[in-house]
Amino acid sequence: MHQQTLAQQARALAKGDYSARELATHYIQRIEQLDPQLNSFITLTAEQTLAQADAADSARANGSASALAGLPLAHQDTFCSKGVRTSCGSKMLDNFVAPYSAHLLEQLAAAGAVSLGKTNMDEFGMAASGTSSFYGATLNPRDAQRISGGAACGSAVAVAAGLASAASGCDSFGDIRLPAAHHGLTGLKPTYGRISRLGMTANASSFDQAGFITRSAEDAALLLQAGAGFDPRDSTSASEPVSDYSTTLGQPLNGLRIGIARNLFDEALDGRIAAQVLASAEQLQQLGATLIDIELAHADQAVACATIIGSGEASTNMSRFDGVRFGHRCDNPASLDDLYQRSRSEGFGPSVQLQVMLGAYYLSVGQYERYYVQAQKVRRLIKQAFVAAFDTVDLILAPVTAALPRLLSEAADVAAERDSQRYTALANLAGLPALSMPCGLVDGLPVGSQLLAPWFQEARLLNAAHQYQLATDWHTGRPSGY
Amino acid sequence: MAFTSTDVQTLARLTQIRLDNDGPDRLASNLDQLTALTECISGVATNGIEPLVSPLDMTQRLRADVVSEPNQRELYQSLAPATENGLYLVPKVLD
Repeated sequence: MHQQTLAQQARALAKGDYSARELATHYIQRIEQLDPQLNSFITLTAEQTLAQADAADSARANGSASALAGLPLAHQDTFCSKGVRTSCGSKMLDNFVAPYSAHLLEQLAAAGAVSLGKTNMDEFGMAASGTSSFYGATLNPRDAQRISGGAACGSAVAVAAGLASAASGCDSFGDIRLPAAHHGLTGLKPTYGRISRLGMTANASSFDQAGFITRSAEDAALLLQAGAGFDPRDSTSASEPVSDYSTTLGQPLNGLRIGIARNLFDEALDGRIAAQVLASAEQLQQLGATLIDIELAHADQAVACATIIGSGEASTNMSRFDGVRFGHRCDNPASLDDLYQRSRSEGFGPSVQLQVMLGAYYLSVGQYERYYVQAQKVRRLIKQAFVAAFDTVDLILAPVTAALPRLLSEAADVAAERDSQRYTALANLAGLPALSMPCGLVDGLPVGSQLLAPWFQEARLLNAAHQYQLATDWHTGRPSGY
Repeated sequence: MAFTSTDVQTLARLTQIRLDNDGPDRLASNLDQLTALTECISGVATNGIEPLVSPLDMTQRLRADVVSEPNQRELYQSLAPATENGLYLVPKVLD
């Protein structure tokens, strides 16, 4: 069962090949057996999982099954889940039981999906290694010497290892697409505002976007259908109409203009990865697309821009953790300042402390205009470059990662970590939808190709990726032993 | 710039974080690396460019000024480390 995609499981459940309870039980057993060595989950909710599966079976029996009825998903532990610990991978929230559920989780539950539990993540999403969680690193099932990548490390590894059929995640700078690429999975970051941020713990508020890590573009279309839409409770939620993502998957790619962002194939990019990404472009060309070379102005400044604005926003967001209203409080505080300082230094790990202090630096008097406002201006230039590019092309193709996942011994290199987001942060800076899809192997490890679409054109993105996946089998690879 | 131990202590004070003994040196080194990575931003010509605050250039949506949420004080205070009579407890600030 766990070798099937979400879409295949949906069809099998509809046909009655197995029940939702049998499917959920299969995954619970796999998690119990295999996750101790991977650490992809923080919290399991087996009792609730089975109750939800039973409800899906009952709904199917009486003819009222919704689109995702009985499909077993995992959720990054950044999404609040009512009555269940929501930790964000941090000691700060180790004791936090969410009083309400994130909008996305409500939407998926309403569509009948079953939740297996909450997945491990880099603390508050502020690293990209999969090693900074309070609950320990998530291991890479393909190569135990290498990082699993992040921040959505647990969601990616759980899906790769067949411990969940698909998973939600939050992509701030590439946090879905990077681990998806490392693990041979499809990672979708929708347009900023396409899925409500309500109940998704804030890292960098103008970057954070809920999305999915799946085994195929077809699976991503199913989940986006349930998650997308306007939510009045999120002031940044978009009211654009929602497309029917699954019905357009089968359209031929004839006439589709794909821009190859030539300046992203730079000296930082491993030549072997570049070759695989360009081969994916040729495959899309064979499927009917036209390839056009383009340049994306100011792409070189993407990491700088995202680092400055992102850390500033993170620093501000983290100020709500004060040891007073919720979260970790130090023992026996001697004064209010002592309470704040010890609660925060005990509750936040090194990567969060670093981002909070870095952001405070960029926001401080003397640096604000020079760095922060300048970065906001460059962000507009980056967005303008995309506006200009999409005048002449329908999609843009780029690498996801410059290199294979770093060795665990190099996980603490903060500059390398930031630089690993050089091709992915662009979509977050401009608010664009982007998708990572497996396109080959280098040294036996998966690498991904990235597609970017104009704002709210997720259907076009999913259509191209689905057609590519019909013609290739890179997305079907699995780590051995799982 | 090269961050000194004093610079790091200032940032720690601003962000209400207490550093352990090796904190200033470790953080100074990491802050040096990350700010070096962002230095390239200063050379970009941005005269006449408006800062982009939200990626979609959206304006803040307004809603009617009416009560939309029920009072859930007890639920939310059940998450707090210490409360009394509906108030959050902190160490005494004034004697």
